[in-house]
Amino acid sequence: MARSNRERWLVVAIPYLWLAALFLVPFFIVFKISLSQDVTAQPPYEPVFDLSGGWDVIRDALGQLNFDNYSYVLSWDNEFLMAYVSSLKIAAISTFLLLLVGYPIAYAMARAPKSIRPTLLMLVILPFWTSFLIRVYSWIGILSPEGLLNQFLSWLGAIDQPLELLNTDTAVYIGIVYSYLPFMILPLYSALEKMDETLLEAAADLGCPPLAAFWKITWPLSLPGVFAGCLLCFIPAVGEFVIPDLLGGSDTMMIGKSLWTEFSVNRSWTVASAVAVLLLIVLVVPIVFYQNIQQRQMEGR
Amino acid sequence: MRKGFSAFNVTALVLGFTFLYVPILLLVIYSFNASRLVTVWGGFSTEWYWKLLENDQLLDAAWVTLRVAFISASVATVLGTLAAIALTRYGRFTGRTLFSGMIYAPLVMPDVITGLSLLLLFVAVNFDRGFWTITLAHITFTMCFVCVVVQSRLVTFDRSLEEAALDLGCPPLRTFFVITLPIILPAVVSGWMLAFTLSLDDLVIASFTTGPGATTLPMRIYSQVRLGVTPEINAICTILIAIVTVVVVSASIVTKRQEIERQKAERLAAAGVME
Repeated sequence: MARSNRERWLVVAIPYLWLAALFLVPFFIVFKISLSQDVTAQPPYEPVFDLSGGWDVIRDALGQLNFDNYSYVLSWDNEFLMAYVSSLKIAAISTFLLLLVGYPIAYAMARAPKSIRPTLLMLVILPFWTSFLIRVYSWIGILSPEGLLNQFLSWLGAIDQPLELLNTDTAVYIGIVYSYLPFMILPLYSALEKMDETLLEAAADLGCPPLAAFWKITWPLSLPGVFAGCLLCFIPAVGEFVIPDLLGGSDTMMIGKSLWTEFSVNRSWTVASAVAVLLLIVLVVPIVFYQNIQQRQMEGR
Repeated sequence: MRKGFSAFNVTALVLGFTFLYVPILLLVIYSFNASRLVTVWGGFSTEWYWKLLENDQLLDAAWVTLRVAFISASVATVLGTLAAIALTRYGRFTGRTLFSGMIYAPLVMPDVITGLSLLLLFVAVNFDRGFWTITLAHITFTMCFVCVVVQSRLVTFDRSLEEAALDLGCPPLRTFFVITLPIILPAVVSGWMLAFTLSLDDLVIASFTTGPGATTLPMRIYSQVRLGVTPEINAICTILIAIVTVVVVSASIVTKRQEIERQKAERLAAAGVME
């Protein structure tokens, strides 16, 4: 028994300590650095905690921490607040569009003959395995002024001059909907597939029109999938960097892009950390919601 | 009533899959374009593929990326499987809520936050940045995906098989290797593949955690994409898409076959336990 207890302990402890060291501890470091000052040195911030210096040195360093970076990020003179608001707006609209596009596909998959469902599922998953960067990149050639979409539309005679699509918010919406679509379809599909279809037959027998039956039966029963899909898309979309950078214009503001610029162009690690901490605070509620859904799904069976 | 819906269903599927596949298809087609202008068709050519072979920078980056992906996926599979067992088999243990939180949060955490926080960790502990820091970062975020994949297999798993082995005096570790692992193997393999492709694909976390000398393929592609669309990039993307498609399709065929055999084996094992 003693031996099996030790094995048990190791099974928990190894992944636990790994995640604690490489996922949890880094957040405390980010928080600490967000309260530090930029300096031109290596590492480019101070105070640096020198644990060998003893308690007095650490206490002095603690005394140097301050909230300057936060007042800088939260000031209306800078563009960070606008970027937070605009990221939330873009993520919310994209999530709504994803639901609008993804629901009919998931619905049709769940109602397809049982024999072809695995193939359909695989067709949805396959693009998800191909590189995210490649999928975003493929839209540049389509949306650019002399791109394939404009060529196609002018060949149809639908437009006289090319549409400005690339480097606009529209392109960002298209990019997000396109790259996150599998994340929306999969949870919706697994919720819809579990549904008992005899409920719909009963409703029809009792004279309920199909559309009303959908809103009264199918939609409420698919809500867990709707929530899971929306959170799975919304949370990462808020912090999205690649899509607004490649498809968006210079006036497309998203906080992931601001964080990146602050870090790699302005080289201010302390401001980038403050931006990250505030982004995490914005996202903590949806993340906790998502975790609860995940946990219930994994353990409720 | 359902007949009325089926036209709607077919339309939804056709439009949906068109949307999902046309951009990728166009990218593949234009990688065979003879013209340097990516949006004007100039005839069929494989010129850009031959050009790739001369591009040492790109080949170096591909080699770095494959090594990172292989090492990180393998370690992440071990860690993720352990985590999945801990979450599904050990009931309540101290710090369980925190543990499951640390597993599920990275699934949705924006890459910029994960990347920045790992970079700051590596700087704080004075770890030389490069190949190994990217690998460590990739292990950390991909192990959570492996854990979820394996976990969803473990919860549908007939526990009586394990319990029977334990009751008959088989040590827990042996029970795991003889009973549990063979049954969850397809999930472990697809967890590994998922970790591998996520690592292959990652741009943001690698860009944050890299140091001088270690450039991954997505980083190389990204820096070229920012300068505009070129047929060489289309060609390398096509090769990546082809590899992934072949691997995923063949893996799913293998898994399907294994699934059938597994069900057979489980039935046999159950019959054996009954005796």
